[in-house]
Amino acid sequence: MSATASSPERRPESRRDPESPHASTGRKVYLVTGGVTKFAKAHPGMDFRLMVKKAYDYALKDTPNLTRDRIDGSRISYFSDHFSRQLKAASMVQDYLGLNPKGSVRIEWGGATGGECFQAAYEAVASGRMDVCLAAGYETMSRVATWKGNEFIALASDTNFDFPLGGFYTGYYALMVVRHIYEYLRRGKFAGITDEREAQRRAIAEGQRIMSWVSVKNHLNALYNPYAQYPKRLTVEDVLASEMISYPLTREQICTMSDGAAVAVLCDESRAREFTDHPVRVTGVGCGTDTMRLADRPFGKVPRFPHETENDYAGLSYPGVHSFRAGRAAGLEAYRMAGIVNPIKELDFVELHDAYASSEIQTYEDLGLCRYGEGYDFTLSGAPFLKGLDYGLEVPKAGTIPVNPSGGLIACGHPVGATGLMQAVFALWQLQGTVDKHFGDGTLQIAGAKRGAIHSHAGTGSSVTVSILERGF
Amino acid sequence: MPRPLAFDKFRDVQSELGRSGSAIFRDAQGSENLVIRDPYAIEYIHSYAEDSPFFLGLAEGKLLGSRCTSGSCGFRYATPRSNCMVCGEPTDWFELPKSGRVHSWTTCHFGSEAFLSETPYNLALVEFDKVGSLLLGRLKDCTEPEIYVGMPVVARFTDRPKYRITDVWFVPDQTHR
Repeated sequence: MSATASSPERRPESRRDPESPHASTGRKVYLVTGGVTKFAKAHPGMDFRLMVKKAYDYALKDTPNLTRDRIDGSRISYFSDHFSRQLKAASMVQDYLGLNPKGSVRIEWGGATGGECFQAAYEAVASGRMDVCLAAGYETMSRVATWKGNEFIALASDTNFDFPLGGFYTGYYALMVVRHIYEYLRRGKFAGITDEREAQRRAIAEGQRIMSWVSVKNHLNALYNPYAQYPKRLTVEDVLASEMISYPLTREQICTMSDGAAVAVLCDESRAREFTDHPVRVTGVGCGTDTMRLADRPFGKVPRFPHETENDYAGLSYPGVHSFRAGRAAGLEAYRMAGIVNPIKELDFVELHDAYASSEIQTYEDLGLCRYGEGYDFTLSGAPFLKGLDYGLEVPKAGTIPVNPSGGLIACGHPVGATGLMQAVFALWQLQGTVDKHFGDGTLQIAGAKRGAIHSHAGTGSSVTVSILERGF
Repeated sequence: MPRPLAFDKFRDVQSELGRSGSAIFRDAQGSENLVIRDPYAIEYIHSYAEDSPFFLGLAEGKLLGSRCTSGSCGFRYATPRSNCMVCGEPTDWFELPKSGRVHSWTTCHFGSEAFLSETPYNLALVEFDKVGSLLLGRLKDCTEPEIYVGMPVVARFTDRPKYRITDVWFVPDQTHR
């Protein structure tokens, strides 16, 4: 667009000396245990305190040497005061767990609330303020009807300019993927078609088909995850035939609202060794942001990973509304800290924020699993699929870098304040090699997994966290 | 005293709440959980503050954007930003063209509760010549099969302003056909 002439070209500034990337990261931090309540449409038999307590009890039971008195304090996350209709609900969690008078604070950062809570606990330990920090999160979204819930979520868009137009997050993500499809399919494999409307129709149909692959993958993975809310075997045709919610996104390409809780316990190295023989080290944390309004997103240059070249993105206006600059910035920071140069070769799996099948594909690109523009082909290659599962699809490269082996948000559910912590717990179990023990089924265990990334995403990409977890034994 | 009715499915509990205001949910373990209706209504006193000229402009049939006052920057926004996001300097107002193009779009078949009765409706991010950012609006007088990226559109304004962003919307620009 003509906008590019006067557009800002800015790259995220490093807060660290690139020659000494670990200089200011503080103490080594380990994840030692976690727990998740099964996510469900509603848990009318448990309020938020009891849901967290169950996940917390599970986590402590898994590490008998970690008793309640060893916990120095907590970081507690939930997204919406509207859903809770209880301000300071995190105080009630702290209270219920019997952790008073230890230090605690509530964390909220939209859809990335859980990921941000994880990093807040990381910081408490890295800084030396705490030796053992509990990160706990929950959401109780069943307290209002689904469409009222959508309204609450949409209040996390600009209420002067965006909400009054229809206030609907699926609509916002649809706007983003229509442009993504235009940039990379219309201008890619459909570039040869001269009739503009015909070309765009065909590109969108192809985009819908490929997004359906993501939905098939995540729902099928979840068949082996007893915590998942919507495990099922679907075909691409089933996904395409499900109700149109906001063109081109169908119901099966979108996560649902849930009740649920998750906890993770982080601590310093000496305590980690004391609590478990299988600690997982947090080797990188990153966080990025972008404008609240999609309309204000700049058209600049791509901040590049070391394995990408300027030539890869010649002529690309970035991020516009087609990509998540916050996700790229979070990935850059986390990878730099963890010393990751080429993520697809150096990560064994990724648990990412697939609130929409579209955003999973967009996030492959943000996180450098493939280059910008390659997300659709990357999906079709099978690279993000698990090896050895029958998806009913041709996936020759399955196992290259499994993405959302747990089933992700689309199939596990998305109780916002718990979601990013759920990812941390599933990643912990992958790296410990304890999936079989916790799921009662080892199908989803990635053999020999040593390093994984978790990715939590808020409000059309207005804030994103990425954390890198590595086997610490 | 009669007890509220008990149900095993939460959706039955929800529909019962609409009738009687209370119900019992009986979970798989047989525990009974009392559920009540709990209405909550608020009226906010909301100021547009420094963005007020934009909304007053809509009532006069004008789209006002923000232009950075720094000579070395001069970034032009299609939305109000009283200080420049690029360089931090103050902005002043300028009138946006009424014609633009669809940068991206969708048709919402569902929406938040407040907008469900209006479905299906179209949203479009609109780009303008020589402006560095976009404007989000409703796109009317056209349906899904007709809309495409790059479609010329023109702004329309209500003659009964409610001082909301919905005082302006876009329609296909027939002069380009």
